[in-house]
Amino acid sequence: MTATAPPRRAPEAGPGSGKTAAGRRLRPRVVERLRQGGLPYLLLLPAVLVELLIHIAPMFFGILISFKNLTLFYIHHWNSAPWAGFDNYKTAVKIHQPIGQALLHSFWVTLSYTLLSVSISWLLGTAAAILLQDKFRGRGLIRTLFLVPYALPAYAALITWTFMFQQDTGLVNHVLHDQLHVTSDKSFWLIGDNSFWAMVVVSVWKSWPFAFLALMAGLQNIPRELYEAAAMDGAGVWQQIRKITMPSLRPVNQVIVLVLFLWTFNDFNTPYVMFGQNPPHQSDLISIHIYQSSFINWNFGSGSAMSVLLLLFLLVVTAVYLLVTSRGRSENDV
Amino acid sequence: MRSSSTSSRLLAATALVAALGLTLAACGGGDDDSSGSSGGSGKAADPGSLKGQTITYWASNQGTSLDNDKQVLTPELDKFTASTGIKVKLEVIGWADLLNRILAATTSGQGPDVLNIGNTWSASLQATGALLPWDSTAFSTIGGKDRFAPAAIASAGAAGKDPAAVPLYSMAYGLYYNKKMFADAGIANPPTTWDELVADGQKLTKDGHYGLAVEGANGAENIHHVFTLAKQRGASWFDDKGAPTFTGPQQVAAVKQYVDFIAKDKIAAKGNAEYVQNQTITDFASGKAAMMMWQSAATSIKAHGMTPDQYGVVPVPTQTAGATGDAGVTSMVAGINVAVFNSTKHKAAAEAFVKFLTSTDEQKILNGKYGSLPPVTEAQSDPAFQTPDLKVLAGVLQKSAAPLPQVANESQFENLVGPAVKDLFAEAAAGKAITDDTVKAALTKAQQQMPAS
Repeated sequence: MTATAPPRRAPEAGPGSGKTAAGRRLRPRVVERLRQGGLPYLLLLPAVLVELLIHIAPMFFGILISFKNLTLFYIHHWNSAPWAGFDNYKTAVKIHQPIGQALLHSFWVTLSYTLLSVSISWLLGTAAAILLQDKFRGRGLIRTLFLVPYALPAYAALITWTFMFQQDTGLVNHVLHDQLHVTSDKSFWLIGDNSFWAMVVVSVWKSWPFAFLALMAGLQNIPRELYEAAAMDGAGVWQQIRKITMPSLRPVNQVIVLVLFLWTFNDFNTPYVMFGQNPPHQSDLISIHIYQSSFINWNFGSGSAMSVLLLLFLLVVTAVYLLVTSRGRSENDV
Repeated sequence: MRSSSTSSRLLAATALVAALGLTLAACGGGDDDSSGSSGGSGKAADPGSLKGQTITYWASNQGTSLDNDKQVLTPELDKFTASTGIKVKLEVIGWADLLNRILAATTSGQGPDVLNIGNTWSASLQATGALLPWDSTAFSTIGGKDRFAPAAIASAGAAGKDPAAVPLYSMAYGLYYNKKMFADAGIANPPTTWDELVADGQKLTKDGHYGLAVEGANGAENIHHVFTLAKQRGASWFDDKGAPTFTGPQQVAAVKQYVDFIAKDKIAAKGNAEYVQNQTITDFASGKAAMMMWQSAATSIKAHGMTPDQYGVVPVPTQTAGATGDAGVTSMVAGINVAVFNSTKHKAAAEAFVKFLTSTDEQKILNGKYGSLPPVTEAQSDPAFQTPDLKVLAGVLQKSAAPLPQVANESQFENLVGPAVKDLFAEAAAGKAITDDTVKAALTKAQQQMPAS
């Protein structure tokens, strides 16, 4: 609670200023009320307006379109597209029908991709942050190197990975097959079963520096005295990590895992740059799947319905996640 | 206190998810009330009256780069401006973006006046109502429909409707073969049937070299070839009502024959299954592959350092020697059309520009620079198009090329069957058996996802 400054006296209204006595009494009160209650909202207004413009309006139109039968026959006058009611939703969730089946497959691929990518990114980020916690020669250089994937332009990095994964001339097969002789034959990484793993590798490479950066910041806030006291009591390194580091990082981890989950689940760039607009069946992420439905098959109604379903799923997951993790923290705080 | 802060955090975070998590396919844009009337005035507008107008032209990427296209087109557009007084704002758009840009323009009504389209999109874009129909009156403003090759006109919209565009550049598939590799393998003549091609391919496949290169991960390439192979069996991918017929035995056989180049015949390298960026041309020009099926490839081959005397071009093989009619089809009608956006506010100027682009002189210049064939028949006799390869391709266009299905759902067909073939190639490359059942299952899945026509 910050102390509020005493209200300044309103300057006397000069002759001809047109101010009434009542006006002179009201103005400071209005300003005061605005300052105490309304000013924060006033300051938020530009951001709210931009948010409305960028997110809420398209969201509204997207939801509207999901109830319409908007195909290529109507995009020229999309308002006149016939109402479909819940047909687009029904088609999307009928998992024994081709479209629902394909969406469900895409959902499982995306979920597997997300869980793998987030957990590996988090593990790598945590390990790196803890290892680089203590000062040593060259720490700054290593930290900087670790952050390179996060700083590189996404498209350039992804294209480079795509070249590296090429079967015939790619660096990955050159190392695995020609140099290390790990594989008996040059594997395919951009088509077939391996495409999924190639995508996970690239996603982890892209994401883990974010976890590392956030956790490194989180570690700065843990008082050194805690570790010193623990060491005095005979706690080893592993015990210190378990009893001090991890509990202290819980709020940071809560955010990192949530944000990484959302980013990865909605990842469009990685599959699109690596595989184009028709990824292999094994790497059919939901973002591309919705894109195909909307922009390649020109069925915007169906694509929008899938998007809304995706949004609802992410909202539920987030709400449950936050409830569970908040409850855990509350119990620990008691 | 804690619970309230928790719930407010929960609310805030949930709102954040709503903002982050939604990838809605919302397409904005307003109605446009400018409805270009069908057809033209019946007379070419007096260029003098159009002086000072500015039109926007979206050109597709035809050259080696977008900048190369600008260099090719700018002097020609200047010529047009000098003769008519109409300024042209040029934007060259890559193929990866072109269709999305057209879709956005269609939805918003904020598009160019004139644009290039892939001719296989004609019927789909025609169905959106975004393009000006070219009825006989409109055609009369550019010299009439008869100036164009019939096959090219057939690829400008659905049958029985006025074309949605005008042919601009024409191309056709031919079989390119490496003369030296053929001679070294003791093969006197290029193949005319598929059996011969496979036999020759097997002779040529040795020591890291292959008989054939295919662009296995390129959906559009896959579509073009399986279309031809099905056509040779008398089959089409859509029936007369526009309903998909992907799962017929002839369609299955066509796809299997194409995938078997890697799976069974082994005349194409397994690595071809992931080719998507014209690596086929690289392999052919470098001598890694002795044959390829490609459309108007002379410019690209030259760019890779192979000279015209080192290779020959013949029509793509047929199932039996000397086949005619559908069985004799060796290529889809490939090419680029030029269209006028329905919402143009400069209809007469746009038509004048189309007239300029399709004039005989300009057809010679533009097609000459791009290595394509002029769909305007009068321009085809120009010496620029008398090279051995172009003469063969011109013959294919005249005698043995058929347009891809001109149905509204053609783009969905490409998007579903193309990747299905790509996945089959991937399975073949991984050593999995490709049987009729495997192919039929893939095509059935593709057909089931087709929207109702």
